[in-house]
Amino acid sequence: MALLRVKVWRGAEQGAFQSFEVPRQASQTVLDVITHIQRHLDGSLAYRFACRVGMCGSCAMTVNGRPRWTCRTHVDTVAEDDTLEVAPLGHLPVIRDLVTDMTPFFDKWARARGQFSGARSRHDDFARIAPDDADRRQVDAGIECIGCGVCYAACDLVSWSADYLGPAALNRAWTLVCDARDAANPARLRAVGGDAGCHACHTQMGCSERCPKKISPTAGIAGLKRALARALLKGEL
Amino acid sequence: MSARSETLLWLAQRASAAVLAFCVVVHLATIIVAVQGGLSAAEILARTRGSVLGLVFYTTFVLAAAVHAPIGLRATLGEWLGWRGAARDAVLLLFALALAVLGLRAVAGVFGGAA
Ligand code: SF4
Ligand code: SF4
Ligand code: FES
Repeated sequence: MALLRVKVWRGAEQGAFQSFEVPRQASQTVLDVITHIQRHLDGSLAYRFACRVGMCGSCAMTVNGRPRWTCRTHVDTVAEDDTLEVAPLGHLPVIRDLVTDMTPFFDKWARARGQFSGARSRHDDFARIAPDDADRRQVDAGIECIGCGVCYAACDLVSWSADYLGPAALNRAWTLVCDARDAANPARLRAVGGDAGCHACHTQMGCSERCPKKISPTAGIAGLKRALARALLKGEL
Repeated sequence: MSARSETLLWLAQRASAAVLAFCVVVHLATIIVAVQGGLSAAEILARTRGSVLGLVFYTTFVLAAAVHAPIGLRATLGEWLGWRGAARDAVLLLFALALAVLGLRAVAGVFGGAA
């Protein structure tokens, strides 16, 4: 039976790669490989997943040097010479083995005012927004984010500026800036326009290149810059 | 810095970039056309001294560069050296002034004076 040689990160910030041999299967995903190791070779391996179908965003890791969602990454597409190297997702504190602490990532969503804040109550009618409304299309382009953190790990700027809000939080803010029902907007623009916000982005699209949901946070960030410029010229900032 | 200041800097960066893109093209084209057949410093000065068009063009060029370069350097200093905050911004303001003064002095030398 064909074997895959897999190096897996063990430890926390300090640690080392441990080697395993895992049988190749048809249509095997990277998550299948990690699960095989944990179930059959070393039960102490820590990793995280939930849905296995690309919906929950919990399984992202660094596979052969690149951040990826592991449940929907086929071994065939990433293995080089039948070898895989699997490490925790970058730019986040490592708790143990392949499990990172996502707290800084989601704290930044909160700092970017990523919470919807509506102005209507249950007594009001629904907001009626046409499917082809221009703002709604912008929302549609960014709303399917699963919060996996792949873009955040792919963004060099995060490693240079630890405070930088990052592509996912800014993409989330953009979907709310474009949401006609949301009432927090000049304040949200102020939250994403400071030192560590959208103007710092280099527009080199590392995030958009890697996002497994084919979202372009870079486009949303450019939208935020335009929205901030408009707000400044209108005297709203 | 506040969102207001960051957005102002971003707009200044964009606007100065557009001016620079135009100026650099005109500048390079002028040099290439002008030096065909060779030129001495004296010949250059004979042509440039007293040129109002040249004075206005290169004054714009210098001011755009003085706005653009320090804003770019601001990000570089923050990201590469971790130097952020008011001291950095004050030093960069001085740098911008130095670029403007030295540049305008050169412009005055080349384009000022009688023809
Ligand atoms: S485009 Fe901006 S957010 Fe995306 S990776 Fe580059 S710097 Fe980061
Ligand atoms: S934008 Fe894409 S890569 Fe980033 S967290 Fe959302 S789904 Fe993941
Ligand atoms: S396990 Fe849910 S997205 Fe991979």
